[in-house]
Amino acid sequence: MPKIKSTARSPHVDMTPMVDLFTLLLTFFLLTATFIPMEPAQITIPNSISEKTVPDNNVMTIFIAPNKKVFFNYDNGKDTSYHYRANLLKAMGIQYKINFTPEEMKKFSGGGTFGMPMKDMQRWLDTKNPKEAEQMQTGIPMDSLDNQLAWWVRMARTVNPYAEVAIKADGDVTFPTIKKVLDLVQSNGVNRFNFITTYQKEEVGLKDLPK
Amino acid sequence: MAEIVQEEKKQKGAKKRPKRGVARVDMTPMVDLMALLLTFFMLTTAFSKPKVMVITMPEKNDKQQPPKIAASRTLNILLGDSDRIYYYMGVADPNKPPLPTLIKTNFSKDGIRKVLLEKNKDLFTKIEEYKEARLKGKIVVADTTAENYITKLKTDDNVGPIVLIKANDKAKYKDIVAIVDEMAITNVASYAIVDLSPTEIDMLKSAPR
Repeated sequence: MPKIKSTARSPHVDMTPMVDLFTLLLTFFLLTATFIPMEPAQITIPNSISEKTVPDNNVMTIFIAPNKKVFFNYDNGKDTSYHYRANLLKAMGIQYKINFTPEEMKKFSGGGTFGMPMKDMQRWLDTKNPKEAEQMQTGIPMDSLDNQLAWWVRMARTVNPYAEVAIKADGDVTFPTIKKVLDLVQSNGVNRFNFITTYQKEEVGLKDLPK
Repeated sequence: MAEIVQEEKKQKGAKKRPKRGVARVDMTPMVDLMALLLTFFMLTTAFSKPKVMVITMPEKNDKQQPPKIAASRTLNILLGDSDRIYYYMGVADPNKPPLPTLIKTNFSKDGIRKVLLEKNKDLFTKIEEYKEARLKGKIVVADTTAENYITKLKTDDNVGPIVLIKANDKAKYKDIVAIVDEMAITNVASYAIVDLSPTEIDMLKSAPR
């Protein structure tokens, strides 16, 4: 048998492509993981034992900040063909007699949480200055004379009748504000609420029963 | 280390020798760390979604009379400011004195949970025994079947408490969430968030702090 001559090769494997790929993936996941959707206010949510996750679509979220300002978010639907956000803005435009341009509709579709009186909406969509835009987020008015939040909820339900209501409120908000929001949502025919919470395990078993 | 020794030899001998291999950086630890971080970020992105607590509020209908519920089964939980929590059984009817006294409790394990477990002993035992049997493999059913069974147990329950959660104007959202969460923990079948009656507002005012 002829002797197999092993070629003199360095025992090292060139790991550069692997490292390249890993860096790429790592950067990707790092960026997507820490990407928190822009929210106009810092909200500390309470915790519960519920393990149900927030639905991905067909959901409108009402944010209640510690300073009682209310913000609103709405999704675009299961895929891009639904255009729920654009339709919602159009419906609200008709209600408040504001003509939104296609560019404004497009910007609104791609945006996230918002909260300003309808009269500021167009200015908010047009501004290029992010700081100015942030300052305009003064919360959606919901007093009895001009209950714009009720209209948002109603129009959101009209545009997408399957839209569920999720409430993301700060733990320190007092009950009257919550009740006001719940009441106006209920008056639009929604009795089921999703309170957004963080998960916290709680162990209770038969042994905990009082004797 | 090895390379340093090599260099020393070279200087001593002053003889030109072909270099052994190219200088390389060992990337294995770096790759290890990257793989670890990558796995971490991949997993956390999938799990960082916030959770929701579903609650169905009683329908607002002026025409329909609120359902009559047995006073003996009614457990009223009153929430006040700065995390204060009280409970009483039955009804507070100003026309039928004496008014029940409010019992102060707290959100701890030995507070309201003990009260709820005591009142809901029957249903809680049934559900927990079922869950335990499933866990031990005595009953093998799908998750949905188990859920349906538990829901059925809850609807069929007619001895457990009917909890009315009432919050005053200074109660905080987190307390409301906490008490609704207690309902889920103790498997209470029927509960609702309702308004305080004027009598109860007075009772809360005069309650021990």
